[in-house]
Amino acid sequence: MDAVAVTDLVVHRGAREVLAGIGCAVPTGQVTGLLGPSGSGKSTLLRAIVGVQQVRSGSVTVLGRPAGSAALRSRVGYVTQAPSVYADLTVRENARHFAALHGRGAAAAEAAITDVGLADAAGQLVQALSGGQRGRASLACALVGEPELLVLDEPTVGLDPVLREELWSRFHALAEAGTTLIVSSHVLDEAGRCDRLLLLREGRLLSDSTPDELRAATGTQDLDQAFLALVRTSAAVAAA
Amino acid sequence: MTAALSPRLTAATTSRVLRQLRHDRRTVAMLLVLPGALLGLLYLIWSEIPPAPGQPETFDRVGLTMLGVFPFVVMFLVTSIAMLRERTSGTLERLLTTPLSRPELLLGYGAAFGLAAAVQALVTVTVAATVYDLDVAGPLALVVLIAVADAVLGVALGLLASAFASSEFQAVQLMPVVVLPQFFLCGLLVPREQLAGWLQVAGDVLPLTYAVDALQEVGGSTAATGTMWVDVGVVSGAALLALGLAAATLRRRTS
Repeated sequence: MDAVAVTDLVVHRGAREVLAGIGCAVPTGQVTGLLGPSGSGKSTLLRAIVGVQQVRSGSVTVLGRPAGSAALRSRVGYVTQAPSVYADLTVRENARHFAALHGRGAAAAEAAITDVGLADAAGQLVQALSGGQRGRASLACALVGEPELLVLDEPTVGLDPVLREELWSRFHALAEAGTTLIVSSHVLDEAGRCDRLLLLREGRLLSDSTPDELRAATGTQDLDQAFLALVRTSAAVAAA
Repeated sequence: MTAALSPRLTAATTSRVLRQLRHDRRTVAMLLVLPGALLGLLYLIWSEIPPAPGQPETFDRVGLTMLGVFPFVVMFLVTSIAMLRERTSGTLERLLTTPLSRPELLLGYGAAFGLAAAVQALVTVTVAATVYDLDVAGPLALVVLIAVADAVLGVALGLLASAFASSEFQAVQLMPVVVLPQFFLCGLLVPREQLAGWLQVAGDVLPLTYAVDALQEVGGSTAATGTMWVDVGVVSGAALLALGLAAATLRRRTS
């Protein structure tokens, strides 16, 4: 069964149509990449999946229930684009707080901090950390609940290549253990690391496929070029 | 909204808010010292002026009232800014995706700042009674109790007000809007029975009026009076109502 099913999702923000009838499915136990340029509606789609986005029409089903249901809140982890942790608490205090909200103890908090490589900084106030460290602290606060679905909005922005590599290995390890991950990024070179790709542009879904299918369909090895090819095709279709 | 409130999740919020406060030492120091210092200034203002014949010392009346007004104002400000920070930092959106319910979040806040207010009131009342010889006929413990009820009212109104502010500039300006009319009409500046009828009615529906009345009851009689308990009940009820409204204005889904 798919972890997430989105049908005809339309979201308006003011007069602007941010999502124009999106439909897609996210398979369980895989890393699905949500890619597209800044402003394409990625964050809005993720917010709809975790149930904090007002939607105009359409449906979002998560783990068999309507998105945002009370029963889902202990099963879904969400990391916003800007690190949403308390700057005036230490990394450990943040992790313990979110652990407590998920009914877990101090050991789970320590494990999550170690998982994101912040064990040495656990006693530091978040406001004293670098941007990349803050992002990882925020990630630890989502890992701590051991969610079945992990929704990550641009988790690798501002990280050095070594850390990025480590995080992607971590994501795949989680997926192998059965967790479903949705990871958004505007960096197309991260697309190749995903099991599945959703390409979003101007509120429309350009592609829902595996990286290999995308390469085959567009006849190019380079995913950047593949994206460009898709944009041209959809523009030609729209003009015709 | 979930049917039952979880004491565990409420306590997790309370402990988190208190931890945040603990890291901000200067705020803690200001919370504990400033009301007593300001009361000292009031004491000095009236120390050389003899009271009108047959009237109590002006400082006894005004100082006692201020013991209820300080926690109300301070907690209103602190909470409206704290809640605004939750909103703007994205932590509120994140909390709303966790098992924590909105009433649990707000009650957690109320309990945290209520506890802080209890410590503040203990310090301020002790200073007032020992250093400034504030004359209160009734037990000082009741003064502390009323001060805490006022603080919780301030917390609840601050949480509600933060829903109508999208920046710190706006939040700070809501303080005089919420506090000053209540302060003007509570009977401290002009005895309530001398106010025009419609202003009396306006005072009747504002909760700070009851807070001040409760304090005057403690100031004037050696034991707790029925009026005082009714006043405390009205203040607590208003706080609960404001918390309920704050929970209702806290939207899980935003545009």
